[in-house]
Amino acid sequence: MERGTREYALWSIGLLLVLLFALIPVIWIISVSLKSPDTLADGRFFPSEFTLDNYETLFTGGIDDSPFLKPLINSVLIASITTLVAIVLASFAAYAIARLNFPGKSIILAGALAIAMFPAISTVGPLFDMWRTLGLYDTYPGLIIPYLTFSLPLAIYTLVAFFREIPWDLEQAAQVDGATPFQAFRKVIVPLAAPGVFTAAILVFIFAWNDFLFAITLTSSDAARTVPAALAFFTGESQFTAPNGSIAAAAVIVTIPIIVFVLLFQRRIVAGLTAGAVKG
Amino acid sequence: MSARGRSERRLGWLLCAPAVIAMLLVTAYPIAYAIVLSLQDLDLRFPEDKGFAGLSNYGTVLSSSLWWEDLFNTLFITVISVSIELVLGMAIALVMHRAIFGRGIVRTSVLIPYGIVTVVAAFSWQFAFAPDTGFVNHLPLIDDDKAWFGERFSAFAVIIMAEVWKTTPFMALLLLAGLTTIDSGLYEAAKVDGASAWQRFRRITLPLVKPAILVALLFRTLDAFRVFDTIFIMTGGAQNTESVSILGYNQLIGRLNLGLGSAVSVLIFICVLIIAFVFVRGFGVRMAEGRPGS
Repeated sequence: MERGTREYALWSIGLLLVLLFALIPVIWIISVSLKSPDTLADGRFFPSEFTLDNYETLFTGGIDDSPFLKPLINSVLIASITTLVAIVLASFAAYAIARLNFPGKSIILAGALAIAMFPAISTVGPLFDMWRTLGLYDTYPGLIIPYLTFSLPLAIYTLVAFFREIPWDLEQAAQVDGATPFQAFRKVIVPLAAPGVFTAAILVFIFAWNDFLFAITLTSSDAARTVPAALAFFTGESQFTAPNGSIAAAAVIVTIPIIVFVLLFQRRIVAGLTAGAVKG
Repeated sequence: MSARGRSERRLGWLLCAPAVIAMLLVTAYPIAYAIVLSLQDLDLRFPEDKGFAGLSNYGTVLSSSLWWEDLFNTLFITVISVSIELVLGMAIALVMHRAIFGRGIVRTSVLIPYGIVTVVAAFSWQFAFAPDTGFVNHLPLIDDDKAWFGERFSAFAVIIMAEVWKTTPFMALLLLAGLTTIDSGLYEAAKVDGASAWQRFRRITLPLVKPAILVALLFRTLDAFRVFDTIFIMTGGAQNTESVSILGYNQLIGRLNLGLGSAVSVLIFICVLIIAFVFVRGFGVRMAEGRPGS
């Protein structure tokens, strides 16, 4: 196909616009996090003088007094545990749906789809009441359980789409060639399934890392409060200083893992988000 | 049925059971429980006044102007933001589809809004538009003292902008997936027949990506209807910018009125059912082609 200079120029402009659109808020929050309190309100996009004070204050006081450290640990652990459990449960279900014949398959898929559309706010009141009775309020499991529920549909759909593509006959072929069933599974199926599992894991992690509604309704202290909820309670160092700088610094820190995922695994994430979205 | 078929069936159910239980645990049971709670007088600040209330909580909610205003706000934000996302998402999808160079850069950069924590994005936009700490008011053509969050519709503008920024990439990726399934031969043939770029878009692209568009619209509409994080951070519902989810939160957690709050929750659930029904019946969205995304 011919590509004229005009098309080349148009594409460059389009590319630039998309880049600006996507990156301005990210660059801006980094910029705010590097501004000193005196220059916070100078109206400039970039800081006129750089300081790392905002980052330092986040961690001063250690685990007991820092407003950020405990929520950060909570976020990492809760999102990781959710991811691990969700992937195990979803892999079982997706394997069954992709490979086995049993009645109720389509009901499970339809049900998962319905849950993806379910308004989380409708479960907040009952969960708040139930968790207080059961002692799950303001605990890790209290957040992990709802995260599991709402991330499983995404994980199951992603995994089913990937598992359907796997040439499962290879497993039998390997066994014919003398591999034990376990060897056949480990050497043939695991490497083929790993990319899909990994993709689903990233999507679940992003989901749990992002949640605000459950984090703010089902916690009341730093015992289980995650970063997004903690950010809403950030206050300035004194009542006369705005917390903008420290909020921005904390925001940058929780954004780093997401940017790393996106940079390293963009192809996978796109494949995961759109797998099975359109019939080819 | 053969023994093999029976055992396969049992294994299938066994493998699905944990996931199914985990999914029902926090949806089916709580929504049933919410219905029960919504029929009671249950204010945790006055626990001794507990009792059966019939439909009076629904009466209270539905006769309050607050519910209807919040419903209007939610629908307003939903319709405007999803419309903008569709147009912008299609533009980005077309840019990515016709990539001459830098497809990876574009893909990476649009995934960042998708992945970023909504609360973080909300703070970033809020700081940007704040009259004291922001940069937006210092841009040309914008009033230096404009208090964006001091008035209802300018606050909506910023809220919608943040929502659009965050969720357009997902829309774009779904549409791009639809675009890649179109046979490029169709465009070549149309070109030979003298069709303009606009005609090719109208007559070939749109009809063929229509199923992808409808599924993406359904999911984004339901997602936008649940808007909570952005409003909570930006205005907290002040200046009459409250959404129904914020109303539910205020009743449940702010006022600890589980009866009234649950009535709001159930009404939100019913709204979501109606929206899904309209899409499936009205627009003929085939759910088999859908998939959860966000």
